[in-house]
Amino acid sequence: MSTYHVPHLFDTEHTDAFKADRQGDLTDQERADRALINFVKDVDFTTATYLEGCIHCGLCAEACHFHEMTGNPIYTPIWKLEPFKQAYKREASPLSFVYKALNLKRKVTASELEQWQHLIYDSCTICGRCSMICPMGIDIASLILKARHAMYHAGLVPEDLWEMARKQEQEGSPMGVTAEKLNEIIASIKSTQGIEIPVDQNGVDVMVTVSSTELLNYPDTLADIARVIEHMGYSWTLSSTGYEASNYGMLAGNEDWQRNMSMKLIEAAIACQANIVVVPECGHAYGALRWEAAELYGKPLPFRVLHMAEFMADGLDNGRLKLGTASESITFHDPCQVSRRGGATQAPRKLMSALGVDLHEMPVSGDMNWCCGGGGGVYSIDRAQDLRYKAFEIKMEQVQDSGAEKLYTSCSDCRMNLDDCSEHFDWDKQANSLLGLVAVNLA
Amino acid sequence: MDLLQFAKGPALEIAFAIFAFGIAYRLFGVVVLNWPRNYSESRGNSSLVGALKMMALRSWPHKEFLPRTWYSEVIGYTFHIGFFVVFLLFVPHIVFIETITGLSWPGLPGWAIYYISLITVLALLAVLVRRLNNPVIRMLSNFDDYFSWFMTISPVITGLMVTAHMPLPYETLLAIHILNVALLMIWFPFGKIMHAFFIWSCRGATGASFARKGVPVQ
Repeated sequence: MSTYHVPHLFDTEHTDAFKADRQGDLTDQERADRALINFVKDVDFTTATYLEGCIHCGLCAEACHFHEMTGNPIYTPIWKLEPFKQAYKREASPLSFVYKALNLKRKVTASELEQWQHLIYDSCTICGRCSMICPMGIDIASLILKARHAMYHAGLVPEDLWEMARKQEQEGSPMGVTAEKLNEIIASIKSTQGIEIPVDQNGVDVMVTVSSTELLNYPDTLADIARVIEHMGYSWTLSSTGYEASNYGMLAGNEDWQRNMSMKLIEAAIACQANIVVVPECGHAYGALRWEAAELYGKPLPFRVLHMAEFMADGLDNGRLKLGTASESITFHDPCQVSRRGGATQAPRKLMSALGVDLHEMPVSGDMNWCCGGGGGVYSIDRAQDLRYKAFEIKMEQVQDSGAEKLYTSCSDCRMNLDDCSEHFDWDKQANSLLGLVAVNLA
Repeated sequence: MDLLQFAKGPALEIAFAIFAFGIAYRLFGVVVLNWPRNYSESRGNSSLVGALKMMALRSWPHKEFLPRTWYSEVIGYTFHIGFFVVFLLFVPHIVFIETITGLSWPGLPGWAIYYISLITVLALLAVLVRRLNNPVIRMLSNFDDYFSWFMTISPVITGLMVTAHMPLPYETLLAIHILNVALLMIWFPFGKIMHAFFIWSCRGATGASFARKGVPVQ
C-alpha cells in the first residue's frame, strides 16, 4: 500500500506548501482578474442554478475516490469549486450587488487560485461520481470543466498538462504522433502484419480516429481496429488531417484549443463523407467528440459519433459483427466518460455477453463504478502521481473482490493508468482491451 | 397597536412582501441567463421526462450511497417533514391561514404536533452537531449555513414555548413566534433556504442532460 503525503494547502508557512505551475508573465492581479472574468463569462442558467443550489451538505465527499482514500476534506468535490462559487456570488449572482457593497464575498486572489490548482486538476478526474450522489442534483463534474477554463485564462494550468495541450494544438498530437509518424506506424503494420490501413479515402461509411496513447503504448490497436472493421464489411478510412481523437485542450481548460481539435475531426469527416465517426477506446475523446463538439461547432454534426465499443455493439445488432466464444473469467472496468458521463454503459456488456465470457462484475460497477484515478488529465500530471496511486487502491480492491482472473476495459487512458498502477503495486493484474478481445474472437 | 397586533399585521405583511419579491428577484436573476443549447445528437430520451424523473427520484439516495449517507438522510428528512407537518397541520396555523386565504384542511391533535415539534428540534440539533463535528461539512460551512439553521429552528422553539405557555404571557410569546416567522420569511430569499426552489432547477437541468446522454436518471 502506498503512502500519500497530503499537500498543506492554505498553510503558506509550511515548508511543503503546494507550488503551483504558472504560464506567462502575468501579474497576480491580472491572473485573478482573468480567471474571474472568464468564469463569470461562462455562467449560464445551468451553471448559475448549480452554484445557487449547493446546501453545503458535504455528501459529495462520500463519492470521491480522492476523499475516500485520503480522508482529507479538501478533496470534497464542491470545495474544489469554492473560489468560483465566491466569484459567481460576488460578480454574477442576482444578489451580487449586496455581496459587493458589503464585501460579504471577498475577491478571490491569485494565491488562492494557485492553491486550488491542486484541487481542480491534480485531484479531480471529472469522473462525475459526485454528480450521482448530490441530493440537489448538481452536476459538479461539469462545473470543474468550467473552472478549468478560468484557470487556463489565468495561466494556472499544471505544466505537464498544459504542455500536452500545447503540443496537440501546435503539432497535432499530444504525444508527438504527427502525420508522418502515423504513416510510419501504418507502414509498419502493413509490413509486419500484412494489414492495409486506408488513409484519406472519400465516400466511405466510417472514419476511424485514434489516440496517441493507444498508438504508442498499445501498438496492436490499429491492426485490431482494421480487423474488426474489415470483418464488419464497412468501407473506411483514417484521415491524415483529422486522426487524433484525444482532446487535451478540453482537459487543460482551453476552449479555443478544444474547438480546434474537434474541428479537425469534424472537417476530416465531412471531407471523406463518412456517416459514422468511430472514436477509439478513449474515454475523454468520446466525451469531447460525442457530447461537446457539436456545442462548439454550433450546429448538429453531420455524422454519428460512436465509441469503439458502441460501434461493435451496433455491429451485433445489425448483424455485421459475428463473434466466437471467449471462455475467460473477466471483470470490466467502466471508463467513466463512456459509461457514467457518456451513457454507453451497456455497449461493452452486450459485447461481453455475445462473447460468452464469464463476467464477474465488481462490487460497484456500471454507472456507479469507482474511477481508476487517472482520468481528466490526472495521469499526465507527474506531481499527482502519489495521490493517483492512493486513489487507485480502491479500484484494485474492487477488481480483487470481483474474483475474476482478467481485467478488461475500453479506454486506453484508463488502461495506461491501470497498468502503471499495477506496476507500482507489483500487482498481478494487467488491463486488457475489449477491442483486442473482440478482434481475436471474430467468427 | 400592541406587539401582537404589530406582529400579525404590518410585520407579517412587510415580511411577506420581501419574501415574495425576494424569491421572484433571485429566481428571475438566474432564469434570464443564457440557457445552453444542445446540438449533440440525443439518444432519443425526452429531456423533459429526464428532468421530471430526476426531480422525483433524487429525493431517495441510490442504494450504493445509502450506507454512507443514511444518517444525513434520516436527520434531513426528519426535520424537513417535521417542520412542514407542524407548519401545515397545527390547527391554529390552519385557522390563521384560513383567515388570510380562505383555505382550510383538517389538522393533527395538539399533543401530536407537540411531539413532532420536539422531534424536529432534536433533528435540527443533530444537524448542527454534524455540521460542527464533521470535518467536511465544517469546512464548507459559512454564516449562511448557521444563520439559516437558526432561522429554521427558532420558530419551532418559539412555537413550542407558545403551546407550553412559558415563560412569558401567551400574547407576548405568540407575538415573538409570529415575528420569528416574519424574520424567517425575510431571510428566506437571501440565504440557502432558497434551495427549496433551486433544488428543482438543479435536478431538472441534470436530469435533462443525463436523459439526452442516456445516463440512467436516478
